[in-house]
Amino acid sequence: MDALMNFGQGIFGGVWPAVWTLIKIVLIVAPLMLGVAYLTLAERKVIGYMQVRIGPNRVGPWGLIQPIADGLKLLLKEIIVPSKSNKGIFLIAPMLAIAPALAAWAVIPFTDTLVLANIDASLLYIMAITSIGVYGVILSGWASNSKYAFLGAMRSAAQMVSYEIAMGFSLICVLMVSNSLNLVDIVNAQDQGKFASWGLGFLSWNWLPLFPMFIVYLISGTAELNRAPFDVAEGESEIVAGFHIEYSGMAFALFFLAEYANMILVAALTSIMFMGGWLSPVGFLPDGIIWLFAKMSFVLLLFLWFRATFPRYRYDQLMRLGWKVFVPICLVWLVIVGVWMMSPLTIWK
Amino acid sequence: MDIQAFVFFFLSAILIFASMRVITARNPVHAALHLILAFFTCGGIWALLQAEFLAIAIILVYVGAVMVLFLFVVMMLDINIDRIREGFWNYLPLGAMLGLLMVMEMGLVLGSKYFQVPAADAMIPAGVSNTKSIGVLMFTDFVYPFELASLILLVGMIAAIVLTYRGPKKSKYTNPNQQVFVKAKDRIRVLQMPVEKD
Repeated sequence: MDALMNFGQGIFGGVWPAVWTLIKIVLIVAPLMLGVAYLTLAERKVIGYMQVRIGPNRVGPWGLIQPIADGLKLLLKEIIVPSKSNKGIFLIAPMLAIAPALAAWAVIPFTDTLVLANIDASLLYIMAITSIGVYGVILSGWASNSKYAFLGAMRSAAQMVSYEIAMGFSLICVLMVSNSLNLVDIVNAQDQGKFASWGLGFLSWNWLPLFPMFIVYLISGTAELNRAPFDVAEGESEIVAGFHIEYSGMAFALFFLAEYANMILVAALTSIMFMGGWLSPVGFLPDGIIWLFAKMSFVLLLFLWFRATFPRYRYDQLMRLGWKVFVPICLVWLVIVGVWMMSPLTIWK
Repeated sequence: MDIQAFVFFFLSAILIFASMRVITARNPVHAALHLILAFFTCGGIWALLQAEFLAIAIILVYVGAVMVLFLFVVMMLDINIDRIREGFWNYLPLGAMLGLLMVMEMGLVLGSKYFQVPAADAMIPAGVSNTKSIGVLMFTDFVYPFELASLILLVGMIAAIVLTYRGPKKSKYTNPNQQVFVKAKDRIRVLQMPVEKD
């Protein structure tokens, strides 16, 4: 490592720290994009098996080259800009969708040292950056100058703003018990307690004492992603394809990439916040990045499973779930956790 | 010029440009988008001043929530530019007065060095969490103003509902409780039909 640092210093001189950060960004984004590509394949395969089909199996062995073929096709297709659309915003919207999805990864810790930017308020940063993602959807809907796109954008905006509240409350519980906004500290705080000292680490993670918040976060996360069963923004039976109906080629692919990158992000956040991140579930196995990936894969499988299982929510049911069910649950559990922490029975010291 | 000054001037240039476009853009959606850009850049400048909590808060609250709703409304409005232009001369005296007031206030703040107001020492010692110190101050020394502010927001929220509420509407809706407790035999009836012979 030191040799690499000296080598870089020698070649680039003063700008080496900037170059090194760029290299680290590439090291995060490139596997992420590969993950996105193979998540699409995994989705088609998993849903295929759940529906007693085979799924893609023609391109390469077991269909393994399918995502590359899809990507190439999308790259080569023409981007059609509708003549009555607002061209500038129409083209900026997909970029606004993908940029926050990538920027949020800057503070995600993979292990306690493997993190691009270990900032103090990384949880706040995540919440701020992910809340910008909604602009891609709203602006694409408006700039397309199409009623289906506009309806999709309106639905999506209302949905994302509503579920952000429940999501924020569940995160508040997490930061109360971990006494920090830093994601590394949040994971380290889950490594303490009676169960962790007995070598049963998975029982001291946040999912058990904050179980209602874990469920609320997972479901709100699905809703924030506009994934089934909350995909009213796309609702192909009602509004064709929602906000991205007018997009083709790579512009469409950017929305697609953003959605799947966000899925991986929410999976990573759920693993870090509630499932102990890189911590190993039992005492006799070492901690490591492999645990984080295993937990993320589990959450991603849940997302795919949801899509294969549940029918789409009706719009009013979706709003009722967000405002009348999740927000009261969160408020009550917030008070319970606060009282629990102050009482002699507290498990967080 | 060191890198910090360069970043500051870069962000300031964007901020000034975006703010100008907010008032000069003909399309209200473009104006709203430039306002979002202005907020975002403002967050960047605050982060440069080591006020990272405020920087993230402005992006979380203004860019992530307030402006989404703002944009939501602006997009749905059917805005006629000519009709807005009509009222220009009527509103000019009031607008000019407010503008002058704001220029004066800004002058007082920016000229604090000239008026020799003792400035607070803004240097932050290393290892002190910005977020934590704001939180501690907010819930100890400034807890009454803080609660008062939240009360004012609550009053504003209720006022908005009272002003726009037009009484109960006759609307069809389904009761989720009844939906959940519905039984199959309430909805379908299975009939036994003997096979008919000749």
